Amino acid sequence: MLSFFITRIAQAIVVVFAMSVIVFVGVYAIGNPIDVMIDPGATQEIRQKLIEQYGLDQPLIQQYWTFLSNVAHGDLGTSMVYNISVVDLVFSRFPATLELVLVSVCIATCVGIPAGLWAGYRPNSIGAKLIMALSVLGFSVPTFWIGMLLIMGFAVELGLLPSGGRGDVGSLLGLPTSLATLDGWSHVILPAINLSLFKMGLMIRLTRAGMVEAMGTDYVKFARAQGLPDRQIVFQHILRNISIPIVTVFGLELGSTLAFAVVTESVFNWPGVGKLIIDSILQLDRPVMVSYLIMVVILFVLINLVVDLVYARLDPRVRLKGGA
Amino acid sequence: MPEVTMENTMVVPSAPPEETRAERLRNFWSDYCQSWVAVLALAVIAVLLFVSFGASLVSPQDPYDMAALDWLDAFLRPGTEGSGGYVHILGTDNAGRDMLSAIFYGLRTSLMIGLSAGALALLVGISVGLTAAYFGGRVEGLLMRIVDLQLSMPAILLALVLVAMLGQGISQIILALVVAQYAYFARTTHGAAKVERGKDYIEAARSTPLPTRRVLFRHLLPNVLPPLIVVATVQVASAIALEATLSFLGVGLPLTEPSLGSLISNGFKYIHSDRYWLSIYPGLALMVTVVAINLVGDQVRTVLDPRNSR
Repeated sequence: MLSFFITRIAQAIVVVFAMSVIVFVGVYAIGNPIDVMIDPGATQEIRQKLIEQYGLDQPLIQQYWTFLSNVAHGDLGTSMVYNISVVDLVFSRFPATLELVLVSVCIATCVGIPAGLWAGYRPNSIGAKLIMALSVLGFSVPTFWIGMLLIMGFAVELGLLPSGGRGDVGSLLGLPTSLATLDGWSHVILPAINLSLFKMGLMIRLTRAGMVEAMGTDYVKFARAQGLPDRQIVFQHILRNISIPIVTVFGLELGSTLAFAVVTESVFNWPGVGKLIIDSILQLDRPVMVSYLIMVVILFVLINLVVDLVYARLDPRVRLKGGA
Repeated sequence: MPEVTMENTMVVPSAPPEETRAERLRNFWSDYCQSWVAVLALAVIAVLLFVSFGASLVSPQDPYDMAALDWLDAFLRPGTEGSGGYVHILGTDNAGRDMLSAIFYGLRTSLMIGLSAGALALLVGISVGLTAAYFGGRVEGLLMRIVDLQLSMPAILLALVLVAMLGQGISQIILALVVAQYAYFARTTHGAAKVERGKDYIEAARSTPLPTRRVLFRHLLPNVLPPLIVVATVQVASAIALEATLSFLGVGLPLTEPSLGSLISNGFKYIHSDRYWLSIYPGLALMVTVVAINLVGDQVRTVLDPRNSR
């Protein structure tokens, strides 16, 4: 068990290093950021000074080494566009993304699970077919297009909700969040729905599959034979049994929701981390790109690691297969 | 199973032919037609393929022939007659381009990118998956570790990163999509091949002096194809959606080679000025395409699922 842990953690570290090299070299390959930063009329001297200031004249290995040792000191560099530390920049944007993700996960769960239960409970009813059709839509129709439709419908045509931005930011438990103000809620609701649709489709499918499978099992038949009402069977017996895979997949999907936020944030002009990364790609803001990407890699490697370790703890067969 | 005699022990055993290929195809087709939605979806795809690859024949205007464009035609509402003397059914865009023609041409770009990315990803994925399943050991460990890691990351993020590194352009986008998507094929191939590899017929084929390549591609591959077909349909749809998303975000195709995504992105700038047709119609085309392909994939999955067999 211990050796399994050590191998997995070592692998995770190797992956993070390998990815950091790939990201660094890859990002380095994109144009010269200096050209974007200064106006074309600047003298050669200013240009040279800037290049030296950012260490762009150094060989790539030297730059990577400087980057690594800075990272070790908790310094991810300075944004070339905003001219503030990347760490500060990302953390200033992070609450916005987090609240968006949380609201959308809540929506996906509160709608997805009951809908999935119903679709699995009466698989041949019209309601179930409708729910499944909607889940296909949520799954396959690109997020940005639905977001645009939401803006057109609710913001432009009906004029009910704002079309973008974050709105008033209040304070909740000492944290700045737009969930503390009514205006903030009116801003968050459309992007959150937009972001939740994919997750909701997934939820519906998972719950329905579990439900359909559970309906045929012995424990449900026995519960029926006992004369328990269907409601009790579904909520007390089936839901409890099918919730484990749902929770697992959902935990895994939390990370990808953060990534999908890139699209939603761009459509709704939501000032979160996702919008930041798109802007930094478009403006060739290298330090931000590299840091964000490495943070994402670390996040996903961590999620993977935790899942692996938890599974190994639960299922001895995984452990026996060894660190392959 | 045929009886094993002295003569055919040396012959490479294969699954006994229960039904001919034509019969199987006919059965597949009649099963497929059980769902009229799926048949409709297939018809829609046929129409889309026709109008996109025949775009130069069916569209009223060549939207990228600058000489044919007239600034006076800009922002015409759907159904207005332009200076070209014909009705712009879906209106015109900011450059006076006929939206219907632009959509046909954009669809062509989108489909081309989706299909080629899907096909290439299929090839790469099959190679990786088969190699891993067949050789096992360290090779398998390493390859599948990479695949798993990639699968845990959302394709959109991976594609975004790659496009950021590679730059804009059709071939860059295709490359990014292949890298972002091959892992799905690799995982499916690997899973199916792993099951097949344990079966007797592969064991038997391996005991003959046939080259590894032949065992892999002639014996193993045909038996892992069905699940791959399903994955391939879904992945083509998702490649199209991904490309559209990247282009919408402004990191995809340059404006000189617009796909549906670039058209929508362009139209998005005008949604506050009530010029809905610039973004709604290309978006609808994109949605219909993606949903139709997914519906076909869903039905193929249902038909191929052994649990549903009669």
